[in-house]
Amino acid sequence: MALMELKNVCTFYGNIQALRNISLTVEEGEIVTLIGANGAGKTTTLMSICGITTIRSGEILLDGVDISKKNPHQIVSMGLSQVPEGRRIFPQLTVLENLDMGAFLRKDTDLIKKDFEEVFDIFPRLAERRNQPGGTLSGGEQQMLAISRALMARPRILLMDEPSLGLAPLFVHNIFEVIKRINIERKTTIFLVEQNANMALKIANKGYVLQNGVIKMAETAEKLLANEEVRKAYLGL
Amino acid sequence: MNRKNQKSELIASLVSTIWFVILLFPFLVMKVNVTGGKAVVIFRWSYLPVIAISIFVLSFLWRRALEWNQHRGDKTPVRTPLSGIRDFIITALRRKPIKLGVMALLLLIVLAYPYVLGMYHTNIMITALIYVMLALGLNIVVGLGGLLNLGYAAFFAVGAYTYGLLWKYAGPAFISAGIDTGWLFWIALPSAGVIAVIFGILLSLPVLRLRGDYLAIITLAFGEMFRMVLQNSGPVTGGATGISLIPRPWLFGIRLPPRQAATYIYYIAIILVIFTIFVVRRIEDSRVGRALEAMREDEVACEAMGVDLVRNKMATFALGAFWAGIAGVLLAAQTTYINPDSFTLWESIMVLMAIVIGGTGSIPGAIGGALILKLLPEYFRPLAQYRMLIYGIAMIIIIIFKPDGLIPRNRKRYTFVEKSASDSVPGVQK
Ligand SMILES: Nc1ncnc2c1ncn2[C@@H]1O[C@H](COP(=O)(O)OP(=O)(O)OP(=O)(O)O)[C@@H](O)[C@H]1O
Ligand SMILES: [Mg+2]
Repeated sequence: MALMELKNVCTFYGNIQALRNISLTVEEGEIVTLIGANGAGKTTTLMSICGITTIRSGEILLDGVDISKKNPHQIVSMGLSQVPEGRRIFPQLTVLENLDMGAFLRKDTDLIKKDFEEVFDIFPRLAERRNQPGGTLSGGEQQMLAISRALMARPRILLMDEPSLGLAPLFVHNIFEVIKRINIERKTTIFLVEQNANMALKIANKGYVLQNGVIKMAETAEKLLANEEVRKAYLGL
Repeated sequence: MNRKNQKSELIASLVSTIWFVILLFPFLVMKVNVTGGKAVVIFRWSYLPVIAISIFVLSFLWRRALEWNQHRGDKTPVRTPLSGIRDFIITALRRKPIKLGVMALLLLIVLAYPYVLGMYHTNIMITALIYVMLALGLNIVVGLGGLLNLGYAAFFAVGAYTYGLLWKYAGPAFISAGIDTGWLFWIALPSAGVIAVIFGILLSLPVLRLRGDYLAIITLAFGEMFRMVLQNSGPVTGGATGISLIPRPWLFGIRLPPRQAATYIYYIAIILVIFTIFVVRRIEDSRVGRALEAMREDEVACEAMGVDLVRNKMATFALGAFWAGIAGVLLAAQTTYINPDSFTLWESIMVLMAIVIGGTGSIPGAIGGALILKLLPEYFRPLAQYRMLIYGIAMIIIIIFKPDGLIPRNRKRYTFVEKSASDSVPGVQK
């Protein structure tokens, strides 16, 4: 059984349809990427999965259980967490407090302590700034914090919305390395929304191309990287 | 400030002076005397230079102050004797014996207060302590949760009327059964908390999706509606006349004369305030409190972290309402008389002002703000008619020069022990 599966999901904003019959599958342990132009509906897809935006029809299965009618907090407790678009860290809370918010539903205090160490190991920069308010971090540091915060939930599946947005090229590389590392070391399944299709497809197993709320292509990452159409439209080659 | 800058400041001040003189001319210079059916306009020209000069000076000083405020952070702090003394006090307070000593002294002052200063001052202090409780409660809602609740006085009223109505309807039964009516206070205290919590949850339901201005308007309307209901259900609540002769709290069946009664209520208030501070601090340091703050900062991110927003908001309103309810009982017991006029929008705004002046989200700030706002007017009675004006000016000055309030929130810093010895980043301690 797939870890996460979307079946014919339709989402509306008022009477504007943002998602049309989206179907996709994410297997356990995979990195799956969703690419598409601005306004294609990528963020809407993520928000629909998390239950923050309600879907009008279709099914969203996590471990075979339909979560489309559940509240966001119930979904988080089932092992799904996200790095939202635009980071959305809590500006007045310190780095440590932000991280602790990530572990909000967890009760295992000892393990949480160890997880602090783990994310500080991944991003040493955050360790230095642990008592600094989140809002005073640089853009890149905020992105690290957003990723770390999501990791603090110890998710089985991590949804990420454009983690490379607004970062320096060298740092973008860094972030993708980290994503790969999280996937391998922590065996976390990753569903990655990206504009940077080239980098995303390089680390992903599978990719979906979203266009105007419709899935246009669903292929293995290699095939998409080689595809003429994709190369032209999303890789700028 | 350089020459050119100074010149432009002077010109700006001059412009505002002219503008004010034109605006104030009809009020301050012209005076209409009606004598014998004929209106005679008297021009009091001597007023003109007085107005002009004072406005010019004020305007210039204000500009200088703003300028100073802007560049305040540029310079590295200079060590003045005053800051030396402050640092010395702060380090001294960190030492345990000194800290304990200061606490003991403070406790002694608090305990001795009614005996040293007498009934008049004790009563004023009780009122101030009631406001401290209100401010601490509203601080949870506004300071931590970021939910602007302008109907807070309604919960205060719920508390007071719980006691009042209990007295009105259960009092006769108590008397005929020969039970001391002073017991009613001790029954009212917990029940008012519970009933206020229920009202808090009820109010939170319709406003779950609202924030900011919309929330403020709806809660404001709720507060006023509640007062209107109290006022207009005369048969039940006593209407505008209210409820009187509310008994004082029971103390082993002893009938206390007014002076001792005030002292007794003062001690009850002190205990309740300490209890409030204790609980509110626990909330602030807990995950629940953190979640409230997170909700204030970003609701969507909060949801993504697994925070149940609905429950969180209900809890915020309920917690805030609880303290208002308790404070209400105390008010009824102190004044022995309640009517709807004690719970107007003005009360809600006063409490809110106390929080803003003290420092939003800060517990010492809320306490300090409430004490200042309640005690100062009592001791500056001659200025009572300018109260609003003074509050307004104080608010503007604080918002511009000390936007975090007089005693800003001091974020707790968590220590964190690193696993490897090689790291060079020591945990920062508070
Ligand atoms: N709250 C909203 N109300 C109305 N329309 C919305 C709302 N949010 C998104 N939309 C619309 O839905 C469509 C998809 O938006 P979405 O944010 O999912 O795009 P995206 O693929 O994430 O784009 P980007 O790469 O720019 O982030 C857009 O046309 C957008 O205008
Ligand atoms: Mg998007």
